[in-house]
Parts: sequence; C-alpha cells; structure tokens
Amino acid sequence: MFKIITAVIGRDLKLAMRRQADIVSALFFFIIVVSLFPLGIGPEPDLLRKLAPGVLWVAALLATMLSLPRLFADDHRDGTLEQLALAPHPLGLVVTGKVIAHWLVSGLPLALVAPVLGIQFDLSADALIVLTFAILIGTPALSGIGAIGAALTLGLRGGGVLVSLLVLPLYIPVLIFGAGAVDATVTGLGGEGHLSLLAALTFASLGFAPWATAAALKIALE
Amino acid sequence: MLEADNLECVRGERRLFAGLGFRLKAGELLYLQGKNGSGKTSLLRMLIGLLPPEAGEIRWKGQSIKSDDFRADLCYLGHLNAIKEELTPLENLLAAARLADEELSDDDALDALEQVGLAGREDLACKFLSQGQKRRVALARLVKEKRPLWILDEPFVALDVAAVDWLAGIISGHLQRGGLAVMTTHQLVDIPAGTVRELRLS
Repeated sequence: MFKIITAVIGRDLKLAMRRQADIVSALFFFIIVVSLFPLGIGPEPDLLRKLAPGVLWVAALLATMLSLPRLFADDHRDGTLEQLALAPHPLGLVVTGKVIAHWLVSGLPLALVAPVLGIQFDLSADALIVLTFAILIGTPALSGIGAIGAALTLGLRGGGVLVSLLVLPLYIPVLIFGAGAVDATVTGLGGEGHLSLLAALTFASLGFAPWATAAALKIALE
Repeated sequence: MLEADNLECVRGERRLFAGLGFRLKAGELLYLQGKNGSGKTSLLRMLIGLLPPEAGEIRWKGQSIKSDDFRADLCYLGHLNAIKEELTPLENLLAAARLADEELSDDDALDALEQVGLAGREDLACKFLSQGQKRRVALARLVKEKRPLWILDEPFVALDVAAVDWLAGIISGHLQRGGLAVMTTHQLVDIPAGTVRELRLS
C-alpha cells in the first residue's frame, strides 16, 4: 500500500524538478500578492497586523489554485492516467500519492516563506510561528479538496475557471480556521483551538478526498 | 480465460454494437477489425474495465474484471504512449514498472531499450525523441512483460517495417508462452505463432 504511494510521490517530484517553472511561479505569485498589500496600505502597523492573517491565507488559497488544473491534466493528456487507473491498486491510493506530492511542491514552499512575508506586516514572533504552523497543517487540506475539483473538471474547456468556482467555496473553513489561529494569537487568545480544527480538517480531507477524486477520475476516463 | 458475453456499447445516441461475445483461451490472439468509429477502441476500453458496458458481462478466469487481481494480469497499451516527455526513456520504463507493481531491474530496462533500437538514447529526455521513437519507448514495456493478458490499441501505428516485424515477434513470443492478446489494427500483420482469431465490427 505504501509502495504505490511512494512510487507516485517519487515520480511526481521528479517531474516537478524537471519543470521547476510551475513551482516557482506559484511561489512568486504568493510572495508578490502578499507584498503588494503593505505597499498599497502604507506604514500603518496596527492596520497591517489586523490584515495579515487574512491576506496571507487568501494569497495561499489562490496560489494553491494556480497549480490545481495541471494536477491530473498532464497525465490525462499523455495517457499516463489510464495506466495509473489500471495499476493493480485502488485508484484512491494513487490519488493520495499525487495529493501528497502536490502539497510538497505547492503547500510546503508557502509555509517556508510565510514567516518572512509576515515580517512585512509587523507580526510578533509568536504570531509568525503560529502562522507558519497553520499554513503547514492547513495546506494539505487545500491540496486534497482541490484534487476533487481538478478531477471533476478534467478534460473540460475553461476547466481552470471552473476549478476556482468549485473549490474556493470549499476552502472557506480552512481559510476561517487558518486565519483565525493567527488572529487569536495576535489578540492574545491563543490559537490552539483553531489549529486543532485545522488539523482535523486536513486529516478528514486527506482521508476522504482521494476516494471522491478517484470516483471523479473514473468518470472522466470513460 | 477471457470471456465476453452479450456486450452492448452505446456512445452518445448511437448504439455501436450489441450482443457481442467471444471466448479467448491461452495462446490465442484476437484481432479486432472494423472501420473508424465502429467501436474498436470502445470495446478495448470495456475489456480493460475503464468503460462499463451498457449490457453484458466480461470475465477473466471466471471472475468479473472489476477486481484488482484482474488488473495485476493486464497489460494495456493505448493509442496514447503514456510516457512522460520530461523523463528519459529509462526513467519512463522504470517508473511505469514501479507504478504497475512489477519488478524491473535497470539492466532489464536497458536491455529492453536496446531491443527497440534506443541504445544510446536512454538518457535523453523523451521530448527530444521523434514520434516513432516515443512509440518505441512505449512498446519497450512489452519486452520484459510477464503479465498474461495484453490489450493493444493500434500497436503498429508510427512504426517502420523493421519495428513492425520486431513487434510481431514479441507478440508471438508472448502467445507461445501461453499469453493472450487482443488488438486492433488496420494493417494486417502476420503473427507467426498462436491461434489467430478475428472479430469484425460493423
């Protein structure tokens, strides 16, 4: 069971390394969008501190969205998806591998740069740690839920826009608890409760989303 | 071993075929023939379990083909090559084997690539290869393939004469070992071994 998941992760990471433009463009999108806000709003630390969690999380959602349409589209176009569906394993495991690989190249880099970007918003050290942690445990849920949308719109024209319409509403809980965790830390309430709910969302979506995605992929392959 | 009963295929509003059935035993090859759009590829996709038939049933070794066991016995080569342009031929072969849960050593993979005439190009990304060479990378999978059921969709397309002969040899070797094969083709290629059956869709 783990063999197939690691095989898929290994292949997808190797492909991502050969095509670094994809990773770099989503990361730079995140960096630039987040950095535009302090420039646009001006040097008002109180306002910036209030805006920071929301801005960083919305930018993280959008950056994750950028790479979603290609999650299955390339494999679909060159016929590899058929071969994956015909592998002697449940398709859900293959999808789990692809979701983890997607998180490693899209979610993890966001978490790594988030503390640096947070400094621009004059966040305290505590808040920066919670922010990094929240993005780290929240983004796997984004990859998991996003995979369902990517699979449902596979092979459709204008699939990219459709993915956003389909997936962004489902991202709202992650956004609320993710931004809430940082917000609660800034106001001194403590973000543990939000972080636990965020972790619960991630586990639930990593457990269920691959199977829903697999069902959608089977329909797309008919 | 492979049995199909009373299959019916409807694509969109059109019924492509109905009441189609066949039995295929070890060492037998089934040639699917028919015009473009007669449902050859649809039938193949039913046989591999990706397209559920409108009616009828397909069994492998007496079991329905919906199980994981069936897929462990199946090797499918579609009209798409299923190779990654960014990876080299060697990496493609090894990745495909690993995903299909098959053992394939580096030496075996290199040997397979040499047989399909790609010696010296193992480390070149597939996007630099010609159409025919990419097809050869896809076909290289068959060289070391031990699974008993091969389903091939137009395997001879984009191949030169020498490669067609080579592939016919590979398929006869498979049939001689007691394997089964189902394939569609427009050019009739003589397969020297095994029992050849034909099914014409119209």
